[in-house]
Amino acid sequence: MQPQPEKYSFDFQKETAEIVAESHDELRIKIGEFAGPLDLLLYLIRQEQADIFDIPIARITDEYLNYIRMMKSLDIAVAADFLVMAAQLIEIKSKMLLPRDPLAEEDEEILDPRQELVDRLLEYEKFKSAAQMLYEKSTVEQAVFARGKIESDEANAEISASVFDLLTVFQKVVARHKDEVKLEIQREEISLAEMIRNLKKRIFEEAELSLLAFFEEMHSHRELVTAFIAVLEIVRTENVKLVQKKTFGDILLKRVETAKT
Amino acid sequence: MSEHATEMAEQTVRTPTELVAVVEAIIFVSDEPVTVKLLAEVLEEDKQAIDAAIEQLSAEYETREGGLQLREVAGGWQIATRTELHEDIRNYLKTRPSAKLSLASLETLAVIAYKQPVTVPEILEIRGVQSASAIKTLLEKRLIVTKGHKETVGRPMLYGTSKEFLLQFGLKDLTELPSIEDFEDLTKGL
Repeated sequence: MQPQPEKYSFDFQKETAEIVAESHDELRIKIGEFAGPLDLLLYLIRQEQADIFDIPIARITDEYLNYIRMMKSLDIAVAADFLVMAAQLIEIKSKMLLPRDPLAEEDEEILDPRQELVDRLLEYEKFKSAAQMLYEKSTVEQAVFARGKIESDEANAEISASVFDLLTVFQKVVARHKDEVKLEIQREEISLAEMIRNLKKRIFEEAELSLLAFFEEMHSHRELVTAFIAVLEIVRTENVKLVQKKTFGDILLKRVETAKT
Repeated sequence: MSEHATEMAEQTVRTPTELVAVVEAIIFVSDEPVTVKLLAEVLEEDKQAIDAAIEQLSAEYETREGGLQLREVAGGWQIATRTELHEDIRNYLKTRPSAKLSLASLETLAVIAYKQPVTVPEILEIRGVQSASAIKTLLEKRLIVTKGHKETVGRPMLYGTSKEFLLQFGLKDLTELPSIEDFEDLTKGL
C-alpha cells in the first residue's frame, strides 16, 4: 500500500511541514508542529516507507535524533516529551543489538523490544484518525446554521451568568484597577450665572443671608471666587444691600423691600 | 391561570396535524435542540405522540427540499439551514468559519471523547506528549468538562466531553461516534 505521510500529519491542519533538502542526508524541517513524538515517529516511518510492524529501528532512531537536534524553538515541556521518546528509541535500538540472553526463558525471548512501541503507535494512530474525523464533523457542522436566541426570561443575559462568571469578571476588574493610576480631575460644576441664580433664590427665600455662612458652603477656591463675584454682581444689579452690623462683624446680604422704592 | 386552563382544554382536542404544527413551532423558537421529553412535558402529550409528530415533520422537511432541515443533535431536535447553503448564508451573515482547533487540541479531544472519563496522565500515555494547554483550550471552549476525581494516587481530575461538544460536532449522542476500533482497520492497512 502506498503510504501517504501527509494524510494525517498535515493535511487537515494546513500546517504543512516544509521540508527543504539541503543535501542528501540532511533535511532541514521547518516544524509544521507535530502533535507529539508519536506523530513525528509515524511521519518518519512513513517517510521511510517502512512497515510499522517491522520498524528499521536504527535508521528511524537516527532520523528522529537528527530531527530533535534541529528543533530549537520548542517549549520545554514538549521538548521533554520528545526527548523521552528519543531515550526510548535508543533503548530499543541497544536492546536489539544485544545478543539474546541464553539463560532467558523461552517465551521471554519471543518478545520483540519494538513491540511496546508498535502498540503505542497503533493506539495513537487510532486517535489521530479520530481527531481527523472530529475535524471533518466540526467542518460540516460549521456549515449548518441554527436560529439565534429569542428573548425570554430564561434567556435573559443578566441572570444567565454563573457565580464563577461573576468571580472572573470581578477578578479582572480588580486586576485592572491595580495598575490604574488614579488621576482625579475636578470639574467646576457651577458657573457664575448659576451661582447668581442660587444666591438670588437664597436671599429672596431667607430675606437675609450671612456672607460668611454662604462662603463657607463653597468647596473650592474657584467656587469661592465665583461666589464672591456673584455677591458683587447681585448687589449691583438687584435690590440687595450689604449690611454690617458692627465693625469686623459678619456681613449680611439683605433684600431691599421693593415696595419702598 | 385561566390561560393555562384553556391550554389544557385545547390539548385534549389537539389533532395529529395540530400537534405537528405546535412541535415545529416550539423547535423553531428554541435556540437549543429540544428533547422529546421536554416537548412531551410542555405539550402534555405522551412521548409516542411526539415521536410520531417529529417523524411526520421530518418527512415533510425531506420532501419539501427547502432551505431548512429538521435534525437530531445533542439529544434533541433542531431546525437549521441545509449544509449545502452555507456559502450564501455566510455571505449574508458576513461571517467566516470560526477558528479551528489545533492539531494537539483535536487529538486531545479525540482521546477524551473515546476514553472518558479520563485523566491527564492517561491522555499523556496515549498521545506521548503533554496536553495541558490543549486541555485548557478545550475547557475554555466548553467542549470538555471535569467529571470529578479518580480515586487513585493523587486523585487526578477526570475529564469528559460536554453537551457543547455534541452541538459543535453535530452528534446526536456519544454513541454516534464511530467506534475507535473502526479506525484500527484504517491503520492496519498501512
